[in-house]
Formats: sequence, C-alpha cells, structure tokens
Amino acid sequence: MAEEKELVLLDFWVSPFGQRCRIAMAEKGLEFEYREEDLGNKSDLLLRSNPVHRKIPVLLHAGRPVSESLVILQYLDDAFPGTPHLLPPANSGDADAAYARATARFWADYVDKKLYDCGSRLWRLKGEPQAAAGREMAEILRTLEAELGDREFFGGGGGGRLGFVDVALVPFTAWFYSYERCGGFSVEEVAPRLAAWARRCGRIDSVAKHLPSPEKVYDFVGVLKKKYGVE
Amino acid sequence: MAGGGDELKLLGMWASPFALRAKLALSFKGLSYDYVEEDFKNKSELLLSSNPVHKKVPVLIHNGKPVCESQVIVQYIDEAFPDAGVPLLPSDPYDRAVARFWAAYIDDKLLKSWLQASMCKTEQEKAAAMKETFAAVGNLEAAFKECSKGKPFFGGDAVGYVDVTLGAMIGFVRVGEALHGMRLFDASRSPLLDAWLDRFAALDAAKAVLPDTGRLAEYAQMKQAEWAAAATN
Repeated sequence: MAEEKELVLLDFWVSPFGQRCRIAMAEKGLEFEYREEDLGNKSDLLLRSNPVHRKIPVLLHAGRPVSESLVILQYLDDAFPGTPHLLPPANSGDADAAYARATARFWADYVDKKLYDCGSRLWRLKGEPQAAAGREMAEILRTLEAELGDREFFGGGGGGRLGFVDVALVPFTAWFYSYERCGGFSVEEVAPRLAAWARRCGRIDSVAKHLPSPEKVYDFVGVLKKKYGVE
Repeated sequence: MAGGGDELKLLGMWASPFALRAKLALSFKGLSYDYVEEDFKNKSELLLSSNPVHKKVPVLIHNGKPVCESQVIVQYIDEAFPDAGVPLLPSDPYDRAVARFWAAYIDDKLLKSWLQASMCKTEQEKAAAMKETFAAVGNLEAAFKECSKGKPFFGGDAVGYVDVTLGAMIGFVRVGEALHGMRLFDASRSPLLDAWLDRFAALDAAKAVLPDTGRLAEYAQMKQAEWAAAATN
C-alpha cells in the first residue's frame, strides 16, 4: 500500500517506548523508516513534530505526527484495521470486547505509571533507597505475573500472540538484567511465570529483531550512571 | 443500552476530580447508575476488592465487573454504550490520536504540576510549579484552537473526550478563583479555555454533577492545612 511507505518513526535505540512502536508495526507487517535521534541534539523534525514534549518516539504517517507510545499503538490499530490488532476491536455494543480493552488499557497504564518510574529509581539511587526500589520492583513484577496468570500472553492480540499489554511491557524485559543487578533480586525467583513469558516473547521475530540485548542495556545504564554522577 | 439488564455502580468521592470525570461521562451519555461515596479513611471492602492494585476511586462496576482509572472508565463508557448520547471519541483515527494525546497531557502535565503547586511548602517552589502549570495551560489553549476548529468544544459541536477529561478540573479551577482570586484559565492568558469553561459548566449534563464550589473551597482549605501540618512535623 502506498500509505505504508509513509510511516517514519523518530526514535532512540534503547527507548522501550520506541521499541513498543517498532514491535507493533512489525507484528502488523507494516514497513516503516526508522530514524535514530541524537537526544543531545534533537532534529528540527522531532522538535516540530512533538513541540509539546520534544520526546521520542514520534510516528509520522504521511507527514502527520503522532506522539506518546500508547497513543501510537492505538493509532496503528485504528489506522490499519486490516492488520493484526493489538486491542480487541470495539465491535459496536459488545461489552465483553469493551471490557477486554479497558483491562488492557489499565495494565498498559500500570506499566507506564509503576514499572518505568521504579526502574529509573533503581539505577539512580544507592544504598537503602536503591534497595527499597528493588523491593518495590519485585512487587510490581509479582503483580504483573498475577495478572498474566496461567496464560501464555496477556492477550487480546489479533495474531493470537502479542496483544496491547504484551507490546507495552515486553521492551522492559531487556531491562530485567539491569533491574536485577541494581535491585539485588532475581526475576526468575520473584516472578518465574513472568520470566517465562519474557523468554516466550523473546522467541517471537518482531521482538527478537527490535529489542537490544540485556547486556547492551546494562552498558547503557552504566553510561547513564556516569552521566548523572551515580557510582 | 443502559436499563434492562445493565447494572452500573460508581465508587467515588465527591471532591475527587477523577471521580467527577467518570460522573461527567455517565451524565453526558444519559446513563443511570448507583453511586457509592467512599470515605478515604475507611475504604469499603467493595472498593478494595474492585481495585486491589491502586485502591483508589473512581471505580465503575458494570454488571459486577470493575473498570479502574478515570480515563479508562470514560473510554469504556463510550465503547460499551455506543447508542447512548453522542460518541465521545471521534471516528477518524488521526483525530482520535490527537484527542488521546491531549487527554494524557491533561493528567500527566497540567493536573500533575497544578497539584504539586498546591502542595508546595515554599513560595519559591510554588512559583516554579505554577510556572509549569501555566505553560501547560498555554499548550492546552493552542490545543483547543486546533481541536475545536472554531466550534464550541474540543469535540467540535458536541462535548467530546478531551472536554470530559478537562471538565474534571472545573471544580478546583473555580476554587482557585474563590480562594486566591486567581483563575487558572483567565481571559488574558487563555481566553479560549476561559470561555470554554463557562460554556461547559453551563450545560445541563455538567451542572447535574459539578460539585458546589463553596463546599469544595472548604475542602481544599482543609487539605492545605493538613499538608502544611504534615510538612512541619
């Protein structure tokens, strides 16, 4: 489709929010142009496309910008209805579908509100505050595992595999190793089913292609720590 | 359609802007529901079991199934009752993305910095937080121009998702005016939002659920005193 070729993603290699968009488009079989931003020297295009936040990721579709990763994911579902959906489609008046969508949105919001914030504190802090963040992260992972239950995926996805919550959460699996090192816990011990889910996702092409290795992420965390004077 | 087999219950708290958001959505959709007022110092079993993750209001319970987080609730109401009232979200994919973006902005930036400002201990901190808040107001003023396209609401001719999301703040905007003589959206700084607020608040569906400004002002003063006392301990 001519429309597809006009998908451009402004992104930064290690950003889990950008990775959500890459994985979503890969799952949907959508071709896109990836443009790496230098966050220390943001492009005019980025600043014009997202003047309010000046952040990546930004998806440009036929030149029109969409910002905020979860907004982008929903946009991809809405704009490309012929592709495998991330959220169950809102069939008119189907309360079950609406409920599944609400549940998915709730948990994606949980990942944004809780996991990302706690993860940042894990590498930024030292001593007891860092240990406290570690305990908090373990609790967050246990909560997500409880929601996953016995399922293979968080579900709702049209491909029968990755749904909205899976795509929202999976980029953070590349950070699990870093969280473990900073927080002094083991994801396998704290949330074994979630760890299994992470491995399962890692075997999916779109995920394997677009997530960095945990070691690379840990190196990046080291760079961040130096930059912010945390040793 | 509500009625018949549909059972709707809303767990809320009269002063909560987030609970108000859910009430506004239900009101604009013309949906009837049972309302349960929660006491934050003594949360009900129903609230704790319906929202075990956050233990917060609002929670919408539809035929026994709980939906949590105000923006998730509003979208749920829109999708589960498509024949009720008008659709809150537009049908065009790009317009939907724009609406979702600004709804997220209202909570992540505007409300967040404003709440921070009200809890600041020093005048300096408060001024810094208010500066951020007014910057967010400026962005939202531009957003209104973009979304409304000359029409009365963010949603165009009819109230939409962003209107309901922002409408939740009306109570405290008016309290700010009553207590401090300062209106968050004022005629010089943000004339479009200033006009929007009065227009929105005058609608029957909004009037039916907006809290009494006097009562809310007393509540705000009480909370401020509590925070100030906690800060000096």
